[in-house]
Amino acid sequence: MALIAVNDLSVGYGSQIVAENINFKVEAGDYLCIVGENGSGKSTLMKTLLNLQKPVKGEIIKGDGLKENEIGYLPQHTDVQKDFPASVKEIVLSGCLGRSGFKPFYTSADKKLASENMERMGITDLAGRSYRELSGGQQQRVLLARALCATRKLLLLDEPVSGLDPKVTAEMYSLIAELNKEGVSIIMISHDIGAAVGYADHILHIGGNVFFGTREEYLGSKLGRFFLMRQSRDDESMPLFKPRKKNPYSIMMSEDSGTAGDSDAYASEETEAEAEAGNASEETSAETAVEKASENGVNAEQDADNDNKKNKEVKDNDR
Amino acid sequence: MIDKLFFYLQYPFVRYAMIVGVLVALCSSLLGVTLVLKRFSYIGDGLSHVAFGAMAVAGIFGLSNNMIIVMPITILSAILLLRTGQNAKIKGDAAIAMISVGALAFGYLLMNIFSTSSNLSGDVCSTLFGSTSILTLRQSEVWLCIVLSFIVVIVFILFYNRIFTVTFDENFAKATGTNSGAYNLIIAVITAVIIVLAMNLVGSLLISALVIFPALSAMKLFKSFKSVTICSAVLSVICALSGMMISILAGTPVGSTIVAADAIVFGVCCIIGMVKKGN
Repeated sequence: MALIAVNDLSVGYGSQIVAENINFKVEAGDYLCIVGENGSGKSTLMKTLLNLQKPVKGEIIKGDGLKENEIGYLPQHTDVQKDFPASVKEIVLSGCLGRSGFKPFYTSADKKLASENMERMGITDLAGRSYRELSGGQQQRVLLARALCATRKLLLLDEPVSGLDPKVTAEMYSLIAELNKEGVSIIMISHDIGAAVGYADHILHIGGNVFFGTREEYLGSKLGRFFLMRQSRDDESMPLFKPRKKNPYSIMMSEDSGTAGDSDAYASEETEAEAEAGNASEETSAETAVEKASENGVNAEQDADNDNKKNKEVKDNDR
Repeated sequence: MIDKLFFYLQYPFVRYAMIVGVLVALCSSLLGVTLVLKRFSYIGDGLSHVAFGAMAVAGIFGLSNNMIIVMPITILSAILLLRTGQNAKIKGDAAIAMISVGALAFGYLLMNIFSTSSNLSGDVCSTLFGSTSILTLRQSEVWLCIVLSFIVVIVFILFYNRIFTVTFDENFAKATGTNSGAYNLIIAVITAVIIVLAMNLVGSLLISALVIFPALSAMKLFKSFKSVTICSAVLSVICALSGMMISILAGTPVGSTIVAADAIVFGVCCIIGMVKKGN
């Protein structure tokens, strides 16, 4: 049985629906990435999954012995936290609270768990430091350690790299990938479509068109290709992000640059059927290229340069 | 000077004032850290005005022990303000401002219309600035204050970890199975209790100072939640004690002297904090 199965879910506020027709499943050990435009309801979906708000329609079934308090959550930063006087240790320990029932104080087991998780996140030496003095990347590690205290099964990450510089972003992603290898299931919201297809094994795309499937299916689908292309075009002003973002896109471009001009047509088409009918040879080449790219930074950068030129061509085509 | 102090301490009403002052200062500073961090600094002000309004109502009915009316009304307002604070249609600060001035206006209006006292402005002044009420405490009121303070401190210690978690990240607490609504409720009720107690000490206009100043001073000096909370409690008690002593010796109004002491300590902490950062 799946950890979480979502059937025909609509999410929103009150009676106002933000996203609908959402169906997906997360099995133990999966790495699901939720992508979509701004305002497509990604964060609302996550809040619904976390039980912070009620679904408008549909159901969320938690299975595999996943209890209510066994979901770890890495939220986006809030205003309150900016000048909050709290030591790293206090914050990490607070992740143990959900499991401690009615006991008023932390047990030695809780403290051990907290220090283990700080060790894993490499923040043991920061234990006594104040949260507000840390860098963005360090703060994310602290919150990740706290989430790990709450669960060993499922982590929900809401834009885990927003506001981080490229180097720290890469570190953060590999940290998350490592956790996933150790058996923690991951559900991640991301703007960074490149990372989504680079690390996740399943993709949920929400917004006007809903797509759920494996990464390969997504890369093969027209929705996936269109979205990848849109994103990388939007991100051209951010050269630092190029290597990773560019590569999945570049694969599509090198094979498909001729058809890029009519990309607008893709958006309006139904996608699920096409996802299934994805071109097999294209998928395999896409996958190998993505892996090559994420493993080999140098090549990736060179590729990115080449892609730049191709991008420009595409843009011209569009015009 | 010390002789003079001991001379005054022989009187029971001075000792009562000291006891109540220290307890109220302790309790208000404990919750102050949470309230300041939750962006509810002004709740002290709002609730104390509600308490003022409630006191006026109690005065009309001629109740000798006005706690019976004041406490429930204030607690109710606190729950309304803090519970709706997160997702309310009227945002937290606006709601507080509304209730605060509304209660103040109605309180004064009622006092005026149904005035039983010959010295109305004196009554209002002492309720607002607490200038005399702390020195006219009866033994039963002192006991009530001791019991309530004791309960507040115990509840705070027992729920300390949860209060921290709910303050730092309410959504995380909720998502991992902590009943954050219940803890917000507890925080609201304790806040209301403290404010009603503190009205005797500094009056309803200056209560915010007791809640905010020690917490802000402590935040300038310390970095972890625990040390900030402890430091804030210590500073608050010291300020309350020294403020009361000064007011006895110099004959100044009790409430405003305590608040002035708090403000000076805050200034000193700011400077220490800056020097620390500079190094």
